[in-house]
Amino acid sequence: MAGDDAVPLLAVRDVTKSFGAVAAVAGVSFALHGGEAHALVGENGAGKSTIVKMLAGVHRPDSGAIEMDGAPLVLGSPADARAAGIAIIYQEPTLFPDLSVAENIFMGRQPLGRLRRIDKAAMKAEAEELFGRLGVHLDPDRPARGLSIADQQLVEIAKALSVDARVLVMDEPTAALSGVEVERLFAVARTLCAQGAAVLFISHRFDEVFSLCERITVMRDGRWVSTDPTADLTVDQVVRRMVGRDVSALFPKEEVEPGEVVLDVRGLTRHGVFSDVTFSVRRGEIVALAGLVGAGRSEVVRAIFGIDRLDEGEVHVDGERLPAGSPAAAMNAGLALVPEDRRQQGLVMELSIERNATLTRLGALARVGLLSGRAERRAAREWTKRLQVKYGLLADAVGTLSGGNQQKVVLAKWLATEPKVLIVDEPTRGIDVGTKAEVHRLMSRLAGQGMAVVMVSSELPEVLGMADRVLVMHEGRVTAELSRAEANEETVMFAATGQNGTAA
Amino acid sequence: MAHDTLYAHPEAPAPEPGARRAGALWRALFTRWDTWVVIVLAVVVVGAGASVDGFAGPRNTQFLLMDIVAIALIALPMTLIVITGEIDLSVASTLGLCSAVMGQLWVAGLPLELIVVLVVVLGAVLGVVNGVFVTKFGLPSLAVTIGTLAAYRGLSFVVLGDQAVADFPRQWTDAASSTIGGSPVPWSVLIAVVLAVAFAVVLHWTPFGRSLYAMGNNAEAATFAGVSVNRAKFWLFVASGAVAGLAGVYWTLRYASARADNGSGLELAVVAAVLLGGVSIFGGRGTLLGVLAGVLLLGSLRNALQLADVPADTLNVVTGALLITSVVVPNVVGMARSWLRQRRHQRG
Repeated sequence: MAGDDAVPLLAVRDVTKSFGAVAAVAGVSFALHGGEAHALVGENGAGKSTIVKMLAGVHRPDSGAIEMDGAPLVLGSPADARAAGIAIIYQEPTLFPDLSVAENIFMGRQPLGRLRRIDKAAMKAEAEELFGRLGVHLDPDRPARGLSIADQQLVEIAKALSVDARVLVMDEPTAALSGVEVERLFAVARTLCAQGAAVLFISHRFDEVFSLCERITVMRDGRWVSTDPTADLTVDQVVRRMVGRDVSALFPKEEVEPGEVVLDVRGLTRHGVFSDVTFSVRRGEIVALAGLVGAGRSEVVRAIFGIDRLDEGEVHVDGERLPAGSPAAAMNAGLALVPEDRRQQGLVMELSIERNATLTRLGALARVGLLSGRAERRAAREWTKRLQVKYGLLADAVGTLSGGNQQKVVLAKWLATEPKVLIVDEPTRGIDVGTKAEVHRLMSRLAGQGMAVVMVSSELPEVLGMADRVLVMHEGRVTAELSRAEANEETVMFAATGQNGTAA
Repeated sequence: MAHDTLYAHPEAPAPEPGARRAGALWRALFTRWDTWVVIVLAVVVVGAGASVDGFAGPRNTQFLLMDIVAIALIALPMTLIVITGEIDLSVASTLGLCSAVMGQLWVAGLPLELIVVLVVVLGAVLGVVNGVFVTKFGLPSLAVTIGTLAAYRGLSFVVLGDQAVADFPRQWTDAASSTIGGSPVPWSVLIAVVLAVAFAVVLHWTPFGRSLYAMGNNAEAATFAGVSVNRAKFWLFVASGAVAGLAGVYWTLRYASARADNGSGLELAVVAAVLLGGVSIFGGRGTLLGVLAGVLLLGSLRNALQLADVPADTLNVVTGALLITSVVVPNVVGMARSWLRQRRHQRG
């Protein structure tokens, strides 16, 4: 491991970057050493993504410098970054689905044979050699389509290795991965470190940060806060530095006496996806759908809301049967769905904050069928204020907001419909600790006011802290229904992995 | 929960004083595509009026307006369709088929009042066919409407062959080109204006119109917000067909001739006018006012060039070039803007 006084492999020196009037990053410095994994943590909007984009050559710093081996490095484009040996692994890799794994790795740099034809054998051999170095088994000939996100990331890492990347930046790579997949990714990252590369790891999951990284840099509001060896830090300390205050109770579910049944789901089946899902939710209750990624939880709530079709089963709201396959009917009945994928499903990124915030209730805002800009603006202002969304102008594209603020806009647009049943799918995925606590408090308060809440979550602490009841799904079936008292890490994980009868 | 409200946020800009807000308004106005289309339109009209003989005369004004009424009509639903990210290329063939059927029905002796209604209904039915293929079978509208572009034109030749029906009653054909009072403005413009207002209200002041922009940008997110994407698109194709049918009636009466090849190639002019008017070919962006300016600009330009004895083939080159320009310019402007911004940052 490199000492503090050695010349760092990559150093960020006092960089600043502003977008319009907003300083996204102001005077941030830290250094990456070869053979070391370095974590960059901070709330959403703290400027981590901007740092990543600078390293990727997407943004150029307004001032300050990036140095490699002590020499200044100008990254004017992603090609420059690649040439300098900086590889970025994003949360959602972008592979060409119809090309093979090997073709994806060597896209644009295929080994050529006679008559400048692509030498497929050499390409395959090199791909196999790369996977060998990473210690993973992937068939270079299979198409990228259908690979899990974890495997797609491995392909991206192999791509990085094939250009001899010396710095590997991983921007929230584990958000969509299961536990086993995370372990495998970390094994690969450790292998790379052992081979002398530097890893910059960005994540909201502290267990991962502490298990993988030797050093942790904390950012807050675009500024550098601290860089320390992991050994000298505790999770509490890091959280305090990130939010600049104590986060007291992270999961403050109030005790509420549940009322009558609002949502009643009977025998929901979609062949090959989920089958015979039955449960009900009362007023004031938070029911969590727990389980591993791919257990069919999101598919169930999507079907309840009418996005996906159903093969069998019925959904009743307040005793009335919902017509299947109609989100509009579900909304009229008092359902709201905060979807899993904020960028694709929750928001129209190109449209303004105002347009997004009012999209769910245009009918209600219209007078004799016509909309006046003023009523929309007032409604948008009211709800973004209630949820404390931080923004410049309501007319700004919603895509310019940080992840946590985007999620607040999604919540705003659904809470504005004053739903009886709020379904939230991964309500705090990829958002920062402070906003997370706000979202939890909000859900708890809404339940306290008599709303029925269905929460899909992959974060066990969130499930255990928030839910009055936990339904655990495994491979499309509900394998356990646990009361708050029965639910703990073991009972949930047993049911989630399909080991029935062992616990609970 | 209230540790920092929106108003306490340090990065929220302070309200601007009046003078600066006015400046911002002007800037906002001049960064709009529609503003520039209107300016270019004014330049073309004034320039042509000064330099092209006969352009500004009342007779030419009347013919210019009559020529663009059909394009303007069809451009209205087309604007909404392109904003949702789809396209309808079958409009000119729908016009042609409606014209041919109108001729046959007249030959068969039906009263013209009934024929007009039937022909508009036929246009709507042709739109239903497009709508079903696009929304029920999930096919790309580009492919579907290229197919029906060929099919409907083929059908119109089946219906009428290469003959022309030209014996429509004088009072009807005269009505199609009569003008309002002593002005050079034909009555048909009034129909276009009424429909334009109706479409503008729908697009800009109703929940339905708002939802079109949402689905044009991200159909999935629109669906998750309870918008019935397919239903909206279906009805837009029906409207497009019906309006094309109406344009077919107008075209037939205006030229006093029902022919199978009426309106051939008109879809090019319509799409060019819509894109020229600032509607994004990728969906999600555009205004009806911009499109109307685009229709007038394209029509005036073509008319002025015609008067200046520019051959018809060259006119099509101009239309095509304008179409490409209106797709390319926003991209170039966007690139230039981000380049300027970057430079300013590096200096500052």
